[in-house]
Amino acid sequence: MKYTTAFAIGLIFGIGLLVSGMYHPAKVLGFLDLAGKWDPSLAFVMGGALPFSAIGFIIAHRRGKALFGEPLHLPPTKKIDPRLLIGATIFGVGWGLSGVCPGPAIFNLGFASGSALVFIAALGAGMAGYEMFDRATAKR
Amino acid sequence: MQIDWINFTPWPSLTGGALIGIAAALLINFNGRIMGASNIVGGLFHSLSDAPWRLSFLAGLIAPAIVAAAINMPKPVFFGSTATLIVAGLLVGCGTRMGGGCTSGHGVCGMSRLSPRSIAATLIFMLAGFVTVFVVRHALAGAAS
Repeated sequence: MKYTTAFAIGLIFGIGLLVSGMYHPAKVLGFLDLAGKWDPSLAFVMGGALPFSAIGFIIAHRRGKALFGEPLHLPPTKKIDPRLLIGATIFGVGWGLSGVCPGPAIFNLGFASGSALVFIAALGAGMAGYEMFDRATAKR
Repeated sequence: MQIDWINFTPWPSLTGGALIGIAAALLINFNGRIMGASNIVGGLFHSLSDAPWRLSFLAGLIAPAIVAAAINMPKPVFFGSTATLIVAGLLVGCGTRMGGGCTSGHGVCGMSRLSPRSIAATLIFMLAGFVTVFVVRHALAGAAS
């Protein structure tokens, strides 16, 4: 059952990306380009998403567990540490260079374009590289 | 500031955003998981023990794009050289894992549950994005001409 819901919910996320047009790097870069002709669309995507997501989290937090009895897998840490700040900065630079963040990067695989494949391969390599770095530093 | 009225799409953006928010609300309530694209993918590099739900979710995420491509909806156009795409992909992959989230995980889920970490991360990656686009499109382009 949880695989069916995961698939169906992934589908809703994907349709959301399609409808909002945020899978187009140009839309994202248009939002990030404050000094050029600014396209506020991405702010409207966030504005559309936040109320629904907030209600969902309020309900989940009240219930304390998911509908099929799964615990809520929430981030273990609440600390704002250098890792968070440096990581977010690195991500932001990559996002600004390409106009692509992880959700649309995966979504765009469906279009099977060469650029989408190049990007996702590099993204996977970056994630695997960080994982290795994380394991190496955790051992010490 | 000049608004790009030609490309600004308030209604599709709000509607698509609402769908993304609904998906986030459903995933935490049905599966007990945070809908963060980078963590759902990145978790596969960490441990394969819960790979099936991650792969199910990712299959769902890709499916609408396959349909969109089949009915000839506009393809995404990527910017920059292959080298730029590779560098950007590496930075996005490494940065989202290091920072523990991306636009969906921190930006939508974390912000909506008022997590201070996510609010800080979202402000920072947005700021880094604004600065990067300014440098690429204006500072460097200006210097080259």
